[in-house]
Amino acid sequence: MMTNSDSRVADGIVVEEQIEFALADLCRACAADREQVVALVREGVLEPVGRAPEEWRFSGPSLKRTRTALRLAQDLELSLAGAALVLDLLDELETLRSRLLRAGVR
Amino acid sequence: MEFKDYYATLGVERTATQDEIKRAYRKLARKYHPDVSKEPNAEARFKEVAEAHKALSDPERRAAYDDVSRRHERGQTFEPPPGWDSGYEFSGSGDGAAPDFSDFFESLFGRARAGARGQDSRHAAGGDHHAKVAIDLADSYRGARRTISLRVPVVDEQGRLGLQERELEINIPKGVREGQHLRLAGQGAPGRNGQPSGDLYLEIMLRPDPHFRVDGRDVYVDLPIAPWEAALGATVTARTPDGSVQLTIPSGSPPGRKLRLKGKGLPGTEPGDLYAVLGIALPPSNTPAAKDAYAAMARAFPSYDPRSKLEA
Repeated sequence: MMTNSDSRVADGIVVEEQIEFALADLCRACAADREQVVALVREGVLEPVGRAPEEWRFSGPSLKRTRTALRLAQDLELSLAGAALVLDLLDELETLRSRLLRAGVR
Repeated sequence: MEFKDYYATLGVERTATQDEIKRAYRKLARKYHPDVSKEPNAEARFKEVAEAHKALSDPERRAAYDDVSRRHERGQTFEPPPGWDSGYEFSGSGDGAAPDFSDFFESLFGRARAGARGQDSRHAAGGDHHAKVAIDLADSYRGARRTISLRVPVVDEQGRLGLQERELEINIPKGVREGQHLRLAGQGAPGRNGQPSGDLYLEIMLRPDPHFRVDGRDVYVDLPIAPWEAALGATVTARTPDGSVQLTIPSGSPPGRKLRLKGKGLPGTEPGDLYAVLGIALPPSNTPAAKDAYAAMARAFPSYDPRSKLEA
């Protein structure tokens, strides 16, 4: 049985389920510039709720999406539009792999 | 220290032009980039390819490397030439972690400076760090305690970036899934001037399980049954990540039928399901008695034609 009486043991929060990011938080978590994150929103890669950037709230899964998009753009010298397309294709690949897995194909 | 053959890593000749080097790098970078690649060891391969490109794409670095590699070929040691300035500035990888260059690279070209992208030295608050942790399916079912080793960038008095080993004990929560991140507050880079430390984000990787396939919260297991069990129905014992269960096979079950065990997938507020995928396992027909049994079965179904739908 696990209790957290030992303060040396760190507890984490599952980002995708429990965390919402404001713009500044997301930038810091991804070591990204504000302009980069705003550009990703413009491309439709990220879809925060709220009207103005200062009101934006990003869901937990935005963390991975942002990091992946920026890493692809930087490492493979892609434009953000190119990185956005890659992300869409990766999503589709994931859906297809899921279907294969459920059908028992290895 | 091991000599690294950067030309071989990129698959180019030593006489390659800068264009050829760039082209080779781009092709390999696309192939091994960890976000798009399913190749084994993609991340390690990508780092090698990126390091080779970093060394060979800059004419000065390439010249220094060529000199070292000529000496290596002649059997000489390859310390950096005396007076070589190890004060290169590198842009950081952008995620707060130090670029991961080999000892060989750093011995030739020096270490990265803390001028890394996104790190503004005026901001005293610590930046966020990222790391990955691999767990087994059982760890997600039951929760686990794990000790992880982190290599953390530290900045020395000359402003150079170095790496320090650090151990951290963490709780893996029950039901955590592949690709999710745990945020550990305050475990990132320390803040300066009393400013808060950054956070540590741990990405969860689920190791492939020999028996179970995982799709999000749902888990799939192949369950072989005998032909008579499929035809007549049966109660069988099935193994789940959480122990064994008794399963009722309905009579007339075709191969590939999925039996759903609701809530036996990964735990959570909305637990996933476990699916047993039925496969018909044929008993071997390598004894006279077995052959007789099969022949008898054929005689018992004289008009059965499994290929009737295929005929024109």
